[in-house]
Amino acid sequence: MGIKVENLLKKGFSLVAGEKGIDREIEGVYICDLLSWVMSHAKAKDAWITIQSHINVIAVALLSEISCVILPENVKLDEDAKAKAEEEGIPVLSFSGTSYEAAIILHEMMK
Amino acid sequence: MALYSKEFEVKARDFDSAGEVSSNLRAILKQLSLAPDIVRRSCIVCYEAEMNIIIHSYGGTIKIEIFEDRIRIIAEDTGPGIEDIELAMKEGYSTAPEEIREMGFGAGMGLPNIKANSDFMDIKSSKDGTVVVAEILF
Repeated sequence: MGIKVENLLKKGFSLVAGEKGIDREIEGVYICDLLSWVMSHAKAKDAWITIQSHINVIAVALLSEISCVILPENVKLDEDAKAKAEEEGIPVLSFSGTSYEAAIILHEMMK
Repeated sequence: MALYSKEFEVKARDFDSAGEVSSNLRAILKQLSLAPDIVRRSCIVCYEAEMNIIIHSYGGTIKIEIFEDRIRIIAEDTGPGIEDIELAMKEGYSTAPEEIREMGFGAGMGLPNIKANSDFMDIKSSKDGTVVVAEILF
């Protein structure tokens, strides 16, 4: 089933930045912290789970046409990255559980 | 003759602006209504070339040329050059320092990603600088 970024907000994910993009669709999940790897392997419309929280994450998300960035384990987004996410309309969500737990929720929602 | 040609400056260690040239390229290619796969591959090539200049060089430029049948990306820097190009082309080989790896860069995927996503790639390097030319055909 197709879900949107905004649907995650009722499932324990909280919006940190990029509200403009919350109606984006999510069609898959990609988990990785190596930016080059994400660039070449993530698919458009994936939700990207990463512990990287600096400004370059937003550039990679934009270029890879990622639906949203999910920061697990309450990783805090850098201030300049937050500003960039707002500017580009890339939603960044915070989650208290692990990447694995976030992926399970997404999997259940997309069933 | 190129239908479009523009040169962008890329500064060494300027991580805050990293990806800006690629974002510009993406906007231009989207305007031209090129196929999503062409846009995506061009952006990957451009991003990796941009990051290589930022991480490894003393600074340089990226020139984007768009022709009727191809996009050419020319990344040029002023050194210190690649000691062993063959090794640098191997996936996973990287000379990036630890603090850069911690940011998720320096995975040793830069040049291999450029090669995998372009239809033509040429690289020349000496201690005075490196020139990477990559083309993506429509």
